[in-house]
Amino acid sequence: MDIVTSRFANRLIHIIYIMKIEDVPQDNKYLGSTTIRDLYYAVDDKGQYVPVASIGWEPQSEALRITWDSIIEDAESIRQEVLAGKQSPLAYHLEIHLMTPALLSSYTGISRKDIKKHLRPEVFAALDADVLQRYADAFGIDINELKSLGHED
Amino acid sequence: MKINFEHSLAAHCESGVTTSMLRHYGVQISEPLALGIGAGVFFSYMPFIKLHDMPVVSFRPLPGHIFARVTRRLGVSISSRRFLNQDKAMRALDRLLEKGIPTGAIVGVFYLPYFPKEYRFHFNAHNICIIGKEGDVYTVSDPVSVVTNEISSADLKRVRFAKGTWPPMGKMYWVKHVRSQTPDLKPAILSGILLNCRRMLDIPLPFFGVKGISMLASQMREWESKLGARKAALQLAQVIRMLEEIGTGGAGFRYMYAAFLQEASVILGKESLLNGYASRMTMIGDAWRDFAFESARKFKKRGDDVCSYDGLADKLSNIANLERSFFADLREAVKKL
Repeated sequence: MDIVTSRFANRLIHIIYIMKIEDVPQDNKYLGSTTIRDLYYAVDDKGQYVPVASIGWEPQSEALRITWDSIIEDAESIRQEVLAGKQSPLAYHLEIHLMTPALLSSYTGISRKDIKKHLRPEVFAALDADVLQRYADAFGIDINELKSLGHED
Repeated sequence: MKINFEHSLAAHCESGVTTSMLRHYGVQISEPLALGIGAGVFFSYMPFIKLHDMPVVSFRPLPGHIFARVTRRLGVSISSRRFLNQDKAMRALDRLLEKGIPTGAIVGVFYLPYFPKEYRFHFNAHNICIIGKEGDVYTVSDPVSVVTNEISSADLKRVRFAKGTWPPMGKMYWVKHVRSQTPDLKPAILSGILLNCRRMLDIPLPFFGVKGISMLASQMREWESKLGARKAALQLAQVIRMLEEIGTGGAGFRYMYAAFLQEASVILGKESLLNGYASRMTMIGDAWRDFAFESARKFKKRGDDVCSYDGLADKLSNIANLERSFFADLREAVKKL
């Protein structure tokens, strides 16, 4: 190890752990039921980097979890407004599918202005099947689910 | 019809597609080599581009850059195309597959059926390689999957034409001609390293490279007072997801870059020199992991001794310093080779 490296090693000594194969995190949270895996480059006994598959790392899934918690929390408050007749179910589906009127507009071809109108319950209730179908397709659900507030699963 | 294509799990989608595509044509390189030759370590913090209403943080170059750089440096000629018409894009893909050409595509992950539901955001820079079609179903070699996956023609069309930030517009790319199956890797490695140093150090804007890390650090100090605790935590979570979520090889590509330097040192015959840099990069990777670990404790609010945003920002600006001197030293060392 050259001088430069050891100087840095000294400065960093309190946080260093070289990731060995057995240190590669295997904290399953979201990936277990899928074919998707992380691949880390970890160090073997001879100090060589080798690729090692991982099923997840807790800090990483924690970041994802709080992101979803906040989306679901926001969606829940919109859901209450829909139940109270202040917004249409479209508002709820926008939120839970992480969309904005702009994004939904580019998927459906329905103008942003119209989408905003359709967030009003009385306007939404009068929409014809064709428009509803376009929304349902964009969200990957059917018309009945679009009209209701049901969870997808 | 299915192309005889060797699928393998990779750390990152683009270096993964690049590697397995080149291997298909007989050019045997590893994924870390593709990352290094493609100058794939980067940082950008772009408060002016929003993804899910939050500033974009990215640890990779723009999609397509790694593939373009690696193929150019190894004397491989390629083609790529974008489309306005969705049906034309699917027909063009079918024609390539009929000729037995594995075809790379940039897709959005929101509608990608085999992705975990929780990972499906409106993120439009994922790379896959399409390697076959049977009836209405395509076979896909996705570098972040352990096996090949199948996807219906309707679903594939949809992900190729995902909307939102950076829509892929059906972009596909493929190899046209390989000049040599054993290209000289040395000049490719050296110019890849030098380009990476330039990208990390020399872009005269505060958002990119090492400067971007410093900028993120200084803005992070004000997150809590400006945005409130909840939004600040979400923004921090977004940074951690970009750093660690599937497709970086850990610590935002830093570990994979260390692996690259190790391999490069052997190929160049300069083991004594470059191996030191590999260990230094590993330490930088560890510093990023430590940042991720403390950040997660922060938004989980676990324990009394959680870092403040100031403490996290200190860690980041320390990383910025480490990377600044790392890339500056590496550049000097490589120029002398």
